[in-house]
Amino acid sequence: MSEKELGKKLDRCLADSAVKLGAGLGLGIVFSVVFFKRHTWPVAFGLGMGLGMAYTNCQNDLRAPYLIQRNIKMAS
Amino acid sequence: MLRVCLKGANSAARKCLCGNGVPLHPLQQCRSYTSGGSGSSAGKIVAASVLTMGGGVGGTILYANWDPKFRANVEKSIPYSDQVFGLALGPAAPPPVINKPRKVEPVQISSMSEVWKDSKQPKAKEVQRKAEQPDAEGPPAPAPQETLEEASAQVAQILSAIGEVPSVPAPGTHEAEAVPPPAALKGVPAAAAKCTECEHEPAVKERPEGEVAARLAEQDKAEQDLLTSLSSNLEDALGSTAKVTLQAIGAQEAALQAIAQHTRQLREAMEAEAPPDKKSTQWRVLEDALSERSRSVDEAGAAVLKAKAELDKLRGVIDGAKHLKIAAARPSILAAEENLHSMVVDLDSVVTRVQTAQSEAKIVSQYSELVNEAKAQFQKELNSITPEIQANWKGLRKLTQDDLNSLIAHAHRRIDQLNRELAEQRVREQIHIDSALEQQKLEDKKALEVAISTALEHNREQMRLEQEKKVEETREVMEAEMRTQLRRQAAAHTDHLRDVLKVQEQELRSEAEEILNSSLMEKETEYRRLTQDQLDSFTLDMNAAYARLKGMEEAIDSHVIAEEEARKAHQLWLSVEALNYTLKTAALNDPTEPLEGAVQAIKESCAEDEFAQALATALPSESLSRGVYSEASLRARFYTIRQLARRVALIDETRNSLYQYFLSYLQAMLLFEKAQEAPPAKLSAEDLDTFKLLSYAAYSLEHGDLELAAKLVNQLKGESRRVAQDWLKEARLTLETKQVVSLLSAYANAVGLGTTMAP
Repeated sequence: MSEKELGKKLDRCLADSAVKLGAGLGLGIVFSVVFFKRHTWPVAFGLGMGLGMAYTNCQNDLRAPYLIQRNIKMAS
Repeated sequence: MLRVCLKGANSAARKCLCGNGVPLHPLQQCRSYTSGGSGSSAGKIVAASVLTMGGGVGGTILYANWDPKFRANVEKSIPYSDQVFGLALGPAAPPPVINKPRKVEPVQISSMSEVWKDSKQPKAKEVQRKAEQPDAEGPPAPAPQETLEEASAQVAQILSAIGEVPSVPAPGTHEAEAVPPPAALKGVPAAAAKCTECEHEPAVKERPEGEVAARLAEQDKAEQDLLTSLSSNLEDALGSTAKVTLQAIGAQEAALQAIAQHTRQLREAMEAEAPPDKKSTQWRVLEDALSERSRSVDEAGAAVLKAKAELDKLRGVIDGAKHLKIAAARPSILAAEENLHSMVVDLDSVVTRVQTAQSEAKIVSQYSELVNEAKAQFQKELNSITPEIQANWKGLRKLTQDDLNSLIAHAHRRIDQLNRELAEQRVREQIHIDSALEQQKLEDKKALEVAISTALEHNREQMRLEQEKKVEETREVMEAEMRTQLRRQAAAHTDHLRDVLKVQEQELRSEAEEILNSSLMEKETEYRRLTQDQLDSFTLDMNAAYARLKGMEEAIDSHVIAEEEARKAHQLWLSVEALNYTLKTAALNDPTEPLEGAVQAIKESCAEDEFAQALATALPSESLSRGVYSEASLRARFYTIRQLARRVALIDETRNSLYQYFLSYLQAMLLFEKAQEAPPAKLSAEDLDTFKLLSYAAYSLEHGDLELAAKLVNQLKGESRRVAQDWLKEARLTLETKQVVSLLSAYANAVGLGTTMAP
């Protein structure tokens, strides 16, 4: 169903953002713990990086049908 | 009860009043009493009159009961008395119908009745008279000729008239009615006397022509009967008369003989001077002869009378026979008449002889009488002289002398006297002779006249008889001649008839043959025509029947075809209905069953129908395989679509970032549009707004117009479009399928309608 597509996309977005945020958080925490002496900036950075990635993924996902894709034909 | 009491009271009061004499209303009471008194007398009068009337009426009725004539009179004179009599006595007896048959008789008359009367009456008189009147026979002789015919005609008329109703009820004459003419047929002797009375009748009656033959036959038969009866009668009469006449003649002869003998004996006795004893015997014998003669004379006289009576009867019979005028009887009549005549003649001759003998005898007897007288005288004288002596010649011997002397003296005296007388006589002889001669002449004349008349009569009779005989002969001859002529004529007639008949037969035969032929031909043509007609009609019928059969067969075939078509259409329709039904099987959110089966069925049911096939194939494959969604499900689904389409209303190719998503979400949250808005007929540019479109679509969906909704949804752009894409597809599918199915059903209906047989 085409109407369910958006929902699905949004679900993926959320799931992705959750993953990304988690991962970012996780990495951030790790980096912060490991490398950056428990500063919170790597967590925030990781979260931000995760969020950004999620946002972009979601946006790309939502834009995907409008992208003009070339059909790369193998010229041979 | 009350009234009675009142009456009683009234009467009591009155009585009391009157008894007391209290003059309360004396006058009235008195009046009442007086009126009562006078009333009683009046009542008596009334009662008496009533009694008288009743008595009179009763007496009248009783007498009327006893005497019908009186009753008839009373009925005639007093009106309504017949009803009274009817009530009291019953209907009057009808008067005896005696006059009718008598009245029948007056009808037959001829116009010549007068002539007949004239001619008949003398004849009747002559019949009735005992004396023979030859003259009367003369005139009736020619008349009977005519009257015979008349009589026969009359007889016929009588015969005819009896059978018919008398047109003129003649004034019936007394004795005439008593003698109905049938008596003439039976009692021939009576006819002569009685036919004289038939004359009184009035008019002639015409005989109807149609009965002539019958009448003639009857007449012939009657004549025959008459003839036979007549002849028998005549014969009988003749026989009896002859017998009687012979008897009479014999008696007369005997009388004659006796007279002659007596006369002779008397003469002998007179003249003979026989001795006394012989004389006495002679006288005795004479007396015997006298007695014999008287007896025989009487006998003869009686016989003559009888014979005369018989002759009269015979004459009457003959006259009657003559009256009847039967030609065939004429010879017998003539013969009878001849016989009669001869008998009469003989009788007359014998009678004359007897008369002469009697006259002779008379003379002799006179003579003897004279002698006897003289003797008697003598005796008387003798007796006067000698009274003691019996006047008997035989007693003479006993006479005394004195007596004898006296006797002798007396005798002498007598002789003297006689001598004197004789002398006187001699003197007067001549005179006496003359007178005697005269007397004799007279007597002779008379006798002559009588003889002449009788002879004349006889002659006349003879001549008449001869004439009649001649007439008869001539008649016979003429009749024979006529018969021969008639026979000839009859023969000629028969020949002619035969010829004519032959000719006629020929003609008729040819005619009949012609008719037969023509009718035969006619009948044949008729028959042919009829058979032809029959054949034609039969052929027509056969053709008609054949055509009808053919028609019926065609009709049946067409019926079969039509039914086949109808069946097919029905099947198509059924399958289309099945398809329709399958369309309805869509659950709310699930599609219908795949239409494939139904479509397959349709395809099978209308294998020859291209349109149906085309339509069936025109169905989208998804509907076949997967089924379609129902409108309701699409409608329900639309609302989610609408929601989503509203949320992504801003997203299109250019704006599709996440931020735009957020904005569109914000827009969707903040923008309020009508839930349903009626779409305009034409979409303008500003109507192409998502929200508007969605409200239009919602409106049209709510109003069941999926097509319009689909069209409107089709106008969405961007992401909303992408979101509604599936829905649109489904809607399109559904619409398509529905269209095809409706087409199919319409087609099936049309086909069904087309194949339906109008009743």
